Amino acid sequence: MSLLHLAIVSPLLFAIFIPFFYKYFRQIHTGWFLLPLPILLFSYFISYLPETKANGAVSRTLSWIPSFGINFTARVDGLGLLFALLITGIGSLVVLYSIYYLSKEKEKLNTFYVYLLLFMGAMLGVVLSDNLIVMYAFWELTSFSSFLLIGYWYHREKSRYGAQKSMMITVLGGLAMLGGIILLYLMTGTFSISEIVPMASEIMEKPYFVPALLCFLLGAFTKSAQFPFHIWLPDAMEAPTPVSAYLHSATMVKAGIYLVARMSPVFAESGIWLWLVASFGIVTLFWGSFSAVKQTDLKGILAFSTISQLGLIMSLLGLGAAALHYDTVEDSFYTIATTAAVFHLINHATFKGSLFMVVGIVDHETGTRDIRKLGGLMSFMPITFTLALIGAFSMAGLPPFNGFLSKEMFFTGMVRILEVDIFNLDTWGILFPVLAWIASVFTFIYSMVLVFKTFTGKFQPEKLDKKPHEAPFGMLISPIILASLVIIIGFFPNILSSTIIAPALGVIMPGLVFDVHISFWHGFTPELFMTLGVIAFGVLLYTTLDKWRQIYDLFPEKLALNRFYDGGIEGMQTFSSNLTRTYMNGFIRTYLVYIFTFFILLLGTTLVWKNAFKLSTNDLSSIGFYEVLLALIIAAASISILFAKSRLTSIILLGAVGYTVALFFVLFRAPDLALTQLVIETVSVSLFLLCFYHLPKLKRDEERIRFKAVNLAVSIGVGAIVTLIALSAHSNKLFDSIASYYIENTYKEAAGKNMVNVILVDFRGFDTMFEICVLGIAALGIFAMIKLRLARRNEG
Amino acid sequence: MKTNDIILQTVTKVTLFIIILFSIHLFFAGHYYPGGGFVGGLMTSGAIVLLLLAFDMKTVANILPIDYKYMIATGLLFAVGTGAGALLFNAPFLTHAFKDVYLPLLGKTSLHTAVLFDTGVFLVVVGVTMTIIQTIGEDE
Repeated sequence: MSLLHLAIVSPLLFAIFIPFFYKYFRQIHTGWFLLPLPILLFSYFISYLPETKANGAVSRTLSWIPSFGINFTARVDGLGLLFALLITGIGSLVVLYSIYYLSKEKEKLNTFYVYLLLFMGAMLGVVLSDNLIVMYAFWELTSFSSFLLIGYWYHREKSRYGAQKSMMITVLGGLAMLGGIILLYLMTGTFSISEIVPMASEIMEKPYFVPALLCFLLGAFTKSAQFPFHIWLPDAMEAPTPVSAYLHSATMVKAGIYLVARMSPVFAESGIWLWLVASFGIVTLFWGSFSAVKQTDLKGILAFSTISQLGLIMSLLGLGAAALHYDTVEDSFYTIATTAAVFHLINHATFKGSLFMVVGIVDHETGTRDIRKLGGLMSFMPITFTLALIGAFSMAGLPPFNGFLSKEMFFTGMVRILEVDIFNLDTWGILFPVLAWIASVFTFIYSMVLVFKTFTGKFQPEKLDKKPHEAPFGMLISPIILASLVIIIGFFPNILSSTIIAPALGVIMPGLVFDVHISFWHGFTPELFMTLGVIAFGVLLYTTLDKWRQIYDLFPEKLALNRFYDGGIEGMQTFSSNLTRTYMNGFIRTYLVYIFTFFILLLGTTLVWKNAFKLSTNDLSSIGFYEVLLALIIAAASISILFAKSRLTSIILLGAVGYTVALFFVLFRAPDLALTQLVIETVSVSLFLLCFYHLPKLKRDEERIRFKAVNLAVSIGVGAIVTLIALSAHSNKLFDSIASYYIENTYKEAAGKNMVNVILVDFRGFDTMFEICVLGIAALGIFAMIKLRLARRNEG
Repeated sequence: MKTNDIILQTVTKVTLFIIILFSIHLFFAGHYYPGGGFVGGLMTSGAIVLLLLAFDMKTVANILPIDYKYMIATGLLFAVGTGAGALLFNAPFLTHAFKDVYLPLLGKTSLHTAVLFDTGVFLVVVGVTMTIIQTIGEDE
C-alpha cells in the first residue's frame, strides 16, 4: 500500500476514530479533530501538480482480486488531481464552516463527521481510481454516504423523503453504470481505464458500444442531476447546509461530470455521445435556470442553479467532443468548449460553495430561508452581503469575477459549434447558442433575486424568529476564502491555466496539445454582445418580475416531474401489491392449479420440443386375466371415489384401492411389499376414519365433490402427461438394469436369500436408516402437536 | 350399562401370543424369506393394538410399562450404532459382517450384524406406531 492509497482511504480509516473523539472529548467540537486531515490531503495533492504538468500520470497498484483483473490502481492525472484538489480543498473549508454551523450540544456530531469522512474518502476513490470496478465501489459509497447525510435530521419527514429519493435515482444510475462497465469489459477484456482509452477506436466497431455508452451516460446524468433526473437535488436540500455546500454544489454532483470527462476519450468519437451529452446538458441548463426563478426558498434557488450550471458544464463537455474530429495538434480552435467546461467547473465550485455557506449563515442568523420573509438584511450583515454579492455576480457571469470569464468561454464554445458540419450540427446546432443565451438571462435574474430579495428592500422583523445579526467570524472564514478565490481567479485566471486546466484537458482529449490562455478581453466579439444582451434583458426582466411571474402558473403542478416520480413510485407499489394479491390469493387450490399447470406445460412442451415421445411394444410382457381384473377393480374404485356422496364411502373405496394394490404386489411377486402394504393400508384407513369421526359438527352436510372444469382439465392433463412420459420412458430404455448384480451377490456377499431385505439393510442400508429417522420424526411430531396443543389449552 | 367383553378378552389372550410369535418369525426370517424388521414391527404393534382394544389404555400401560418414545431412540441408536461399529474395523459406515457359528443348542447358525440393524428398524417401527396410536388415543 503506497502513500497514495493511504491518502485515498485515510478519510475512511479516520472515520473509525471519530466516535471516540466525540465521546471522550465532549468539550471540544469534534470537527476540530477532523480539520487537519483534509488540509493535509490538500497539501499532499498539491505536491502532485508539477508531475501532472509534465504530462505524466502517477500510478500505483494494490492487488485486490487479481484473478478477476480487479486491482485498486490509484492514478493521479490532470483530471483526477483537479477533482482531488476540489474535494480536499472545499472539504477543508466545509469542515471549518460546519464547526461553527452545527452546535456541539444539540447535534449528533459523531454520525455527521463519520458520514462526511465516508463521503470524502469515497469521492477521492471515485476520481483517483483507474480500475472501473473499484471506481464503481466508491461511486456507490458516495450515493450511500450522501443518503445518510441528506437524512441526517432523520426525524424530519422531508429529510427522509429527500434521502430516499436521491438514493433511488442515483443508485438507478449507478447500477446502469455497472452494466456499462461490464459491457466495456466484454469488449476490451480489462477494467483499467488507462488501458481502455487506447482501444477507443476499436471499441466503436463493437456491437455493445452504444449500450455501454447509454449505460455510462445514465449513470452520469443521474448523479449530476441532469434533466429529467434532476428532481432529487432540490429535495436533497433538506440536508444540513455544509452538506449541501459540499455534496450538492462542489463534489458529488460533479461525479457525473467527472465520469463524462473521464469516459470522453472512449466514447466521444461517436456522434451519439456528442448529441446526447450536449443536448441533455443544454436542456438541463435551460430548465434549471428557468425553474430557479420561481423558487422562494434560498436553497431551492441554489439547488436549481446548481442543476443549471451542471447542465452548462455537461453541454460544454459534449460539444467539446467536436474537437476530436477537427482539431489538429497545431490548431486547437474547437477545444475551447472543453476548456470552458473545466474552467467553469472550478469556478462553480468556488462561487456555489460560498453561496451555500452564505445562505446557511442567513438561515442560521434569521431562522428562515424563505425570500418572502427576508429583506433588508444588508445593514445587519454587511460581510455576508458582500460575499453573497460576489458569489451571485460571478454566478450571473458579470465582470470582474471568474464567472464572467467562463461564461464568455461558454458563449464562444456555443457559437463556434455553428461552424461544425458533422452530426447535423450545422442545422440543429443553432439551438445551442439560443438556449444558452436564454438560460443565461434567467441565470442573471435568479442571481439578482438571491442577493437583492434577501439583503435589500424592506426589513420585516415581524416575520423572523430571531433578531438578525452578523455571523460569528469562524463561520465567515470559509466563504471569505472562497469569495476571494472568485476574485483572484477572476483577475488572474492564468494561474490555473497551465497548472491545472491544461493537464486536465490532456486527459479528457488525449492526443491534442493545449496552450490554455484565458484572456480577460477578447475585443468586440459576438460573445461580448451576448453578455451585454444578457445584462440588459436580465435587468429589464428582473425589475418587471412581478408582472410576468404568472407564466409559471402556466405549468400546472400535475405536469411537474416530481409528480411523475411520486406517481411512479406509488403506481409501482399499488401495481405490484395488486398483482401479488391477484395471484397470491391464499387458496391452496389456486396454487395447486398453478403448480400442476406449470407441470403440464413444462413437461408437455419438453416432450414435444425434444421429440421425445416414443411408443415401442417390443419389451412388453403378456397381460394375464388377473391383471386385467385387478386393474378394473382399481379403476372402478378410483372413479367411484370421485362420485361418492359421503366421505365414509370415499375412505372405504380408498382402502379398497390400497388392498388391490397389495394384491397387485402379490401378483407381481413382491411378498414383502404386499405384507407391508396390507398393514400400512389398514393403519392409514383407521387413521382416516379417526379424522372422519372428529370432523366438526358445523356444516357437516355431506355432499358430492363440486364439478369445476378447470380441475377436470388440469387433472386430465396431469394424468395424460404422466402416462405419456411413463410410456416414452419405458420405450426409451437405454441401459440394462443393474439388478443382476444383486441377484448374483445377495447370498455370496451378504449371506441372505431375501433380496429385498438384503438391499434394504445391507446394500443400501443408508436409505433405511434415514427412513426410520423420518418415521421417528413423524411420531414425535404427532406427539408434540397433540400434547403441546393440550398444554396451551390448559394455560388459556 | 356395563358391557362385558369376556369373549374378546379371552380370545385376545390366546391370539396375542400367536401374533407375537408370527411377528418374531417374520422378523428373524427376514433375511431369507419375506418379512424383516418393518413388517415384524408392524405386526408386534398390531398385537399391542389388539390388547388396547380388548382392555383399556391404563391396563395395557400396566402390562407393558414402556415409554415408546425411548423405544424409537433405542431403535435409532441400534441402527446408527451398527453402522458406526463398522468404522472401528476400518470399514466404511454400515458395512455388515457375518459368520457361521456353532452354538450349543442351535447348531450351525449364521450370525449377521444386519440383524442388529433390523432390530433397530423393528424397535423404531413399534415405537412409532405405538406413540402415534397412544397419543391420538389419549387425546380427548
